[in-house]
Amino acid sequence: MMDKPFAITLNPGSSLANHTGSWRTTRPVYVDRLPPCNATCPAGENIQGWLVHAESGDYEKAWRSLVENNPLPAIMGRACYHPCEGACNRNRLDEAVGINSVERFLGDEAIKHGWKFDAPAKSTGKRVLVIGAGPAGLSAAYHLQRLGHQAVIYEAAEHAGGMMRYGIPKYRLPRDVIDAEVQRILDLGVEIHLNTKVANLADTMKEGFDAAFLGVGAHIAKRAYIPAGDADKVLDAVSVLRGMEGQATPLLGRRVVVYGGGNTAIDVARTAKRLGAEESIIVYRRTREKMPAHDFEVEDALKEGVSIKWLSTITEAGESDIMVEKMALDANGFPQPTGEYERIEADSLVLALGQDTDLSLLEHVEGLVTGNGIVQVDAGMMTGHPGVFAGGDMAGTERTVTVAVGHGKKAARAINAWLRGEKFAPPPKPELATFERLNTWYYSDAPKTVRPVLDIIRRQSTFEEVMGGLDEGNAQFEARRCLSCGNCFECDNCYGVCPDNAVIKLGPGNRFKFNYDYCKGCGMCAAECPCGAIAVVAEDI
Amino acid sequence: MLKQTEGSHAVAEAVALCRPEVICAYPISPQTHIVEGIGEMVKSGELKNCEFLNVESEFAAMSVAIGSSAAGARTYTATASQGLLFMVEAVYNASGLGLPIVMTVANRAIGAPINIWNDHSDSLSQRDCGWIQLFAETNQEALDLHIQAFKLAEELSLPVMVCMDGFILTHAYERVDMPTQQQVDAFLPPYSPRQVLDPAQPVSIGAMVGPEAFMEVRYLAHAKQMQALELIPKMAEEFKTVFGRAIGGLTHTYRGDDAETMVIAMGSVLGTIKDVVDEMRDAGHNIGVLGITSFRPFPLAAVADALRHCKRFVVLEKSLAVGIGGIVATNVRMAVTGMGLKGYTVIAGLGGRSITKKSLHALFDKAGRGELEPLTFLDLDWNVVDRQLERERLTRRSGPAAEAMLRDLGTVASKIA
Amino acid sequence: MSLQPIKFYQTGTFTVGNRLLAPDQRSVQANMKRTNSLNSGHRACQGCGEALGARYAIDAAMNATKRQLIAANATGCLEVFSTPYPETSWQIPWIHSLFGNTAAVATGMAAALKVKGKTDIRVVAQGGDGGTTDIGFGCLSGMFERNDDVLYICYDNGGYMNTGVQRSSATPPAARTATTMAVGAEPGNVFGQGKFVPAIAMAHEIPYVATATVADLRDLEYKVTKAMGLRGARYIHILVPCPLGWGTASQDTIRMARLAKETGVFPVFEAEHGEVTAVLKIRKRLPVEEYLRPQKRYAHLFGKQPRVDTIAHIQSLADKNIRKYKLLEEGIQ
Repeated sequence: MMDKPFAITLNPGSSLANHTGSWRTTRPVYVDRLPPCNATCPAGENIQGWLVHAESGDYEKAWRSLVENNPLPAIMGRACYHPCEGACNRNRLDEAVGINSVERFLGDEAIKHGWKFDAPAKSTGKRVLVIGAGPAGLSAAYHLQRLGHQAVIYEAAEHAGGMMRYGIPKYRLPRDVIDAEVQRILDLGVEIHLNTKVANLADTMKEGFDAAFLGVGAHIAKRAYIPAGDADKVLDAVSVLRGMEGQATPLLGRRVVVYGGGNTAIDVARTAKRLGAEESIIVYRRTREKMPAHDFEVEDALKEGVSIKWLSTITEAGESDIMVEKMALDANGFPQPTGEYERIEADSLVLALGQDTDLSLLEHVEGLVTGNGIVQVDAGMMTGHPGVFAGGDMAGTERTVTVAVGHGKKAARAINAWLRGEKFAPPPKPELATFERLNTWYYSDAPKTVRPVLDIIRRQSTFEEVMGGLDEGNAQFEARRCLSCGNCFECDNCYGVCPDNAVIKLGPGNRFKFNYDYCKGCGMCAAECPCGAIAVVAEDI
Repeated sequence: MLKQTEGSHAVAEAVALCRPEVICAYPISPQTHIVEGIGEMVKSGELKNCEFLNVESEFAAMSVAIGSSAAGARTYTATASQGLLFMVEAVYNASGLGLPIVMTVANRAIGAPINIWNDHSDSLSQRDCGWIQLFAETNQEALDLHIQAFKLAEELSLPVMVCMDGFILTHAYERVDMPTQQQVDAFLPPYSPRQVLDPAQPVSIGAMVGPEAFMEVRYLAHAKQMQALELIPKMAEEFKTVFGRAIGGLTHTYRGDDAETMVIAMGSVLGTIKDVVDEMRDAGHNIGVLGITSFRPFPLAAVADALRHCKRFVVLEKSLAVGIGGIVATNVRMAVTGMGLKGYTVIAGLGGRSITKKSLHALFDKAGRGELEPLTFLDLDWNVVDRQLERERLTRRSGPAAEAMLRDLGTVASKIA
Repeated sequence: MSLQPIKFYQTGTFTVGNRLLAPDQRSVQANMKRTNSLNSGHRACQGCGEALGARYAIDAAMNATKRQLIAANATGCLEVFSTPYPETSWQIPWIHSLFGNTAAVATGMAAALKVKGKTDIRVVAQGGDGGTTDIGFGCLSGMFERNDDVLYICYDNGGYMNTGVQRSSATPPAARTATTMAVGAEPGNVFGQGKFVPAIAMAHEIPYVATATVADLRDLEYKVTKAMGLRGARYIHILVPCPLGWGTASQDTIRMARLAKETGVFPVFEAEHGEVTAVLKIRKRLPVEEYLRPQKRYAHLFGKQPRVDTIAHIQSLADKNIRKYKLLEEGIQ
């Protein structure tokens, strides 16, 4: 052993006696902030939470994490309008992460490998009626069954799917995908009775249900007053699209005019093209900017040869043509009739002016409040009548598949609590992981992967799926573009940048811990955390 | 083995026999021949297992020595005068860290004005730095003290300065008895460090020590030198056993047992003094000599003991404490406090000024008669001095003093009376 | 051949680690078993760039030499805050001698190891800019000239920080220090002075010279590792911001180093035997103002009467660096 000269020579490790943590006036803490994608998803998916597994190639784990909230990823990856991508922080760096395409990849993988849902919780003995096998009903049934209740679906149509089958065309959402995801839900033990329309809720409840969830959708087309020579030539979008599911597809003729500006109008116009229409024209009252349809849908339609007449209204429908009046924007930006008319040849006119809900089944149910064609529900999706819950197109004005799925989940949780005599209290949401909280220097430059798209010819003549999916390499690449906003992804930066070695690494999967004995509170960890998962808070002095 | 060789070369050979591992030096007169000698031995392969480095300054030389010693190698360097001053920061550092470096100082005057000849001002300017300082009287003693120095340094973990008069010893050809490698190996074991930079046992050397511990650290440095007071005589005994010569030790006396007057000095001048003392003894004077070998630690007890029977002492030193008088003299006076002796300080030989037997005879006579001033500058040319003082009194811009005085002197020559 | 960046793995080579990379492809700092050569409990200021740089460099050196490393350290912040009796934060064999002699002490250490045949044990010398470019310059040049087997690492924060932020020959022009106050006709450090020691090291034609910053960890580790694979005199000059001396927030240390590189103020490159062999290109070029503004030592250049000419002058020096070392990708301005 070395005989060290007093004071001049020191043993290693002696500095650990000096607890420099006493210098602090602020301290860092690890936080989990809410990524904007999670915050925006109408189905409440923990998007960042499942992307992280996809990044490391654990696709099944990613899928299982995803379906904690949403049982229909393969459908979502085709039919969802991905508001998550709109909110994605990466938009401000280069382009949004292709969340939708990764979701689709996971959904397709699940179908390919036949992954099944985890077994449900122990049976509670409760039976819950679910009216409608659309996205709202399927989601509600799925969550209820997982919570241990027996979900029983009464569906009026021949097949399950609701608007997913009867409203969204095949080229956007292939039917075998719907079938596979529905079947997987049924495999959990959910009962379904097809061709079973509920005429009166009160009566049906007496069959022995402890609660009810209504997801009947909005299947009644709105109409406008248009004088028509031949009533047969004036159709509505709902029945046209529903008709596509049946044996006999609708005969729309060579020139089809679609009246309306929403996604349904686009769907009909594009369907018409595929049915062989030479001309498929959308007539819309306002301008492109004001069109409710998503812009990329409009683009797709235009690519396929659909034409659009802006600032036009239809005043009359004749034998083989229609009368269109041109509109002009006034000083306030509202369309006003100009008095100029035009005749357009048309074999059929399809009205896509919105949908209403058939609420007849709700007569004699006390306490319900309806208005504007929808049922009022509270934060837990419960109507005015205790035990009766509703969701989807019948309970809200934002009408998408994803919103419906979200409603179903919310309702199921609320029902679960209500059956126990409690009220469901959702856990408090953490702070939002805003872009300003990120340190984007650390992310590699990586442009978004472009999804393969079917060629125009086939798009115009077949109902093959237009938008393709990503292969595994691309899907994983996309997933890795995720910035993991507000959630530690173990990049080791905090562990590396602390000048005082005051961050303890707990090992893969276990993140990190601050060593407050030595942390001087300089804040470098927080400044260099790429995803903003460290907050600096004041010390109590 | 007997040989006739230059003093520098004798030292080089002796150092080589001590199996040094790292040698690093910067050239300065009059040390050059020592380092050149060792350098050649390393380059030819005669001295093996030795790294010889040509460094870029004396400061670098001592620093390299510090690094090398701390890493566990037996390390040696040499310097003089300006070079010693240039490395002073590192000199203090070496003793402060307790590193057993051995350094030869080929004693030379310090400028300004620049002067390459011998006096003791360089080593003595560092008397308080914590190094052990040994002064050699002869070339034999010079080479032998180096062998003792390595052992002493490594025992105590303290650096040792071996001082030998520049030119007078370094460049003189004398007969010496050079030891054999076996003898040296028997006397000096391989270096086993007290502290070393070793990845197997990491330590931090050179911490910052504040008020709470600094006094203790410095006391320990002093205590080590007190240990040296014990060790140096023991070392000399051991040396005698192996090599058969009485060399080293703290002090030695010559014809001092019954001396009334004792002359005290260090270094090569002792030879001249002893010759004069012999002549004076023959003429009936009671005069003796005390030679101090170990200036640091200063052998207070040994000096007091050597002077206990005399009436008066003359300290003859080749050094000057400007503003007060003698350096060696003040150290000696501390040893004889309360002994009632009369003491005289003689400053001589500064900058290589010859010290002649004739001057010494006159000096010691005067001392014997009690007629010496307390402080004497031997053989001072008062004319030159007075003229310069007058010059400065009369004119503000009197010019560089040294140059003016040299002009007065005429041809520069070594003054012999 | 310069550091090869790892292809896109979410954060590539930018972050310290990456859970998606194989452990051997991550940095030394990401490893739970890193030596932590400069451990906790030292008395550096909050956010000290030098403390970080030292741990980065020495951990990398320990990794490269399989922990067969001894170090010499100059007087300065690093030495003072790491070894105040009775505590030392160093886990490695370490010696502090004086302010200006570190290169020489390291030379001695290397000589001793060589003579004892312990050539697998390597020597590192480290000091701040003051101890390297000024008072230690003579010994540094001597070590270079003799090609002694020492890696000398200079931690450059542009001033004598430990003694109270005084100007050194590494202090950049216009910067305020205690001996170049922001007063008078030319406030701050004057233009036309200063030394860039990496260039001087290159002039000695030693085997390896490199510059690095604490903002580019992988690059720094790569350079230290590469240096330890070579023998002879090697020099690495690391830019380490000092929050106290620069007047920046403690959490901005890495950001400031990044800005120094991205504006061209501090060129990051490698050279062997006197010729530049590789350059770390600027990723997203920025004007020098972005770098100057957050630092209080340049505060006198802003405010009510900004010194546009001084800032332009600094910009021209950065432009010169960019031209001289080719810091931008081909065809990019």
